[in-house]
Amino acid sequence: MSTTTLVAPSAQPRVTRIVTAITRSRELAIALVLVVILLAATTKRHTFLFSHDGWRDTLLSPSILLVLAIGEMVVIVTRNVDLSVGSTLGISAYVTGKIFIAHPGIPLIAVFVAGLLVGAVLGAINGLLVTIFKVPALVITLGTLYIYRGFLTHELGSGRINADDFPANFQKLGTQQILTIPVLTLIGLFALVLVGYYLQTARGGRELYAVGSDPDAAVLYGLPTGRRVFGAFVLCGSLAGLAGVFSVARYATAFSGTGLNLELQAVAAVVIGGVAIFGGSGTVWGAAIGAFLLITIDRALPILGISDFWQGAVVGALILGSICLDRLLSMRRTHRLIEARDDA
Amino acid sequence: MPENPTLELQDVAKAFGSVLALRSGTLTVFPGSIHALVGENGAGKSTLVKVVAGVYRRDAGEFRLGGESVDFGSTAESKDAGIAVIYQEPTLFPDLSVTENIFMGRQPVGSSRRIDKPAMYGEARGLFQRLGVDIDPRRQALGLSIADQQIIEIAKAISLNARLLIMDEPTAALSGNEVERLFAVARSLRDEGRALVFISHRFDEVFALCDTVTVMRDGAYISTDAVAETTEAAIVSKMVGREVDDLFPKSATEVGDVVLEVQGLNSFGEFHDISFQVRAGEIVGLAGLVGAGRSEIARAVVGVDRYDSGSVTVAGKRVRGGHPRSAIRAGVAFVPEDRRQQGLVLESSVARNIASVIRSGLSRSGLLTNGVENTAAGPWAARLQVKTSALDMKAVTMSGGNQQKVVIAKWLATNPRLLIIDEPTRGIDIGTKAEVHRLLSELAGQGMAILMISSELPEVLGMADRVLVVCEGRITADIPRDDATPENVMRAATSFSDTEAKETA
Repeated sequence: MSTTTLVAPSAQPRVTRIVTAITRSRELAIALVLVVILLAATTKRHTFLFSHDGWRDTLLSPSILLVLAIGEMVVIVTRNVDLSVGSTLGISAYVTGKIFIAHPGIPLIAVFVAGLLVGAVLGAINGLLVTIFKVPALVITLGTLYIYRGFLTHELGSGRINADDFPANFQKLGTQQILTIPVLTLIGLFALVLVGYYLQTARGGRELYAVGSDPDAAVLYGLPTGRRVFGAFVLCGSLAGLAGVFSVARYATAFSGTGLNLELQAVAAVVIGGVAIFGGSGTVWGAAIGAFLLITIDRALPILGISDFWQGAVVGALILGSICLDRLLSMRRTHRLIEARDDA
Repeated sequence: MPENPTLELQDVAKAFGSVLALRSGTLTVFPGSIHALVGENGAGKSTLVKVVAGVYRRDAGEFRLGGESVDFGSTAESKDAGIAVIYQEPTLFPDLSVTENIFMGRQPVGSSRRIDKPAMYGEARGLFQRLGVDIDPRRQALGLSIADQQIIEIAKAISLNARLLIMDEPTAALSGNEVERLFAVARSLRDEGRALVFISHRFDEVFALCDTVTVMRDGAYISTDAVAETTEAAIVSKMVGREVDDLFPKSATEVGDVVLEVQGLNSFGEFHDISFQVRAGEIVGLAGLVGAGRSEIARAVVGVDRYDSGSVTVAGKRVRGGHPRSAIRAGVAFVPEDRRQQGLVLESSVARNIASVIRSGLSRSGLLTNGVENTAAGPWAARLQVKTSALDMKAVTMSGGNQQKVVIAKWLATNPRLLIIDEPTRGIDIGTKAEVHRLLSELAGQGMAILMISSELPEVLGMADRVLVVCEGRITADIPRDDATPENVMRAATSFSDTEAKETA
């Protein structure tokens, strides 16, 4: 039965096929872990989910990481990585503050567009360096991580842009809800659906997977590999820029440490969500659930009586566990496919 | 033929650094024709194909497609011009479905440029039906057999509606009825008026399928004949066609005791029932086509790869599979084919490279200094006339010939009894080639046993005291120096087990 699913999926009726695909998916597994943690924390303390603030925080807190993880996933699926997203977020937050100081009455939409643009430019720098110099993205974006952060430190020093500098309607956006769902989370989910739809149904989206699955084959296929990788970095940068605006809306501050170390959380969310670190497979849905899981764990562990000291270790174990699980599953899959071939 | 040719190549040249891979490639292919392109390994066929495919840009010569002069800067451009290429090694995306593999980059799209998946799967199903194969369009490409991967490549080529289809040794990994299936498809494409180029080492296939045959040798065009008007013997003599006796002087040596004894070596899917001996002072050439299993045998003998059954004995000592250290200890030195990747630390100095295998003998209380390395490496480099002003020079900056000498020097420092060398002169200019050959001959003269793998017939014939020919993982001939001719080696290298034998196997 299991080999049939692998070798001849078309032999099954459409509904069976879709149901099997979902029940066997990595995304469902990670979503179950998330549900278990939510349940455990809520049992221990009712207000974790069943209170106005608890409900809002559960949905709102992951919104920044959610947006970062979406962008990071698109880059990782092409067999690259962007380590500069935390710094990009910081610069975008800083620019957002500067805009509000210069034009206090500016429409909010303009600020979001500005954040996206700032991120797009920084992402384009990454993309150009990676595609032109053909140096591994790990090294390039490690460099830009420090350069972008250095620029931010140079501009802000030990100062910070504070709540007083932001108009009230913008600060309100940080906690505003529509049908009890926070606005920032709604925007993040909207981005998620757009990117997910693109990855699954557009030629460009499928080509991102192809480039990550086998870059050499992609060149022989005549795919525009450079353009695709560049595009992935621009998208990732833009989303990091958007996350910068989110960050200001939520915390009403921007300083030289805004977004510090978030890049590692973004990569962790993507990996936990079942996206192969060497590209070619995984979904943006998985990355999104990974982001929710990471943040929820952070919030739930203290309630469950696990000390701060162990929280990092739990996240680490989760990363190692999911990587080992992925490796195991893919080995089993390869083995089964080869067995099926030899039987035929 | 009355029609205009689909493809015309005239004196196309391509060099990689100082190595001229293609000197004057000439090929004219007409629509409705299957054109065979044959030649020894390294004759320049694959380079020619890659120029046509847009992987490489030619340095000189004419390249016309349908009468118009073209110059492709990328594979996308050649694809758009209606050229489909099936490479020796299928290139698929393992993570994606076979259908996506066929249509990647040009999926059927519906409104709002969304990929029309039902149409895509339907088209793939149609293609598979036409090819007479049972592959689920939704299955992942991972784990497909080479034959099925080839089918995906062919489906891709057909769906491209290409006017020129080039197949670079597509049958190398196929079984009898898989070949028949492929031929049926090729013939039906020909009858639709497309032009096909078929590269193969199997003459029976060339004669069964093709109407015209072009021979290449040493990167140059030799001849084009109608298949009906030529013979296998005529083609072979054109492929080989040069005098080899004086090029590679191997001095006669005393042949001593057996150094290497290989008995009944088997490795599933790689080679079968390999038995041979190499004696002291003897150079044994291991000839055969690329992919015949020669390098795999060598890697098993030196303990890099494991094998399923059989035994390897060096100077009376058993060498365990999968334990290169035990082989080194028994006195085996191995110079691999890809010296840049497997034989050298390119970023290190020459001295460090040479000293790398004898490190443990050199270190003083666990420390290894540049001075000690230089002292140890000096005599070897001098003996091999490695042209490097200082031993401190980095290996990456040296020519291919000098790199090869450094690799050999590295192993000579271990005083080996047996030297196994894979493609000793690939990518090396003529002058240094002779030096490498002289060196091998000298080493044999001093009583070293040498197993030399080479795809260059002249080298094998000139250097080896005995030629072992490998075909499809089996030794098909053992020819002493005096009886070895290009013809009988080539015949043994292409003596594929016939279709029936394969079916029952």
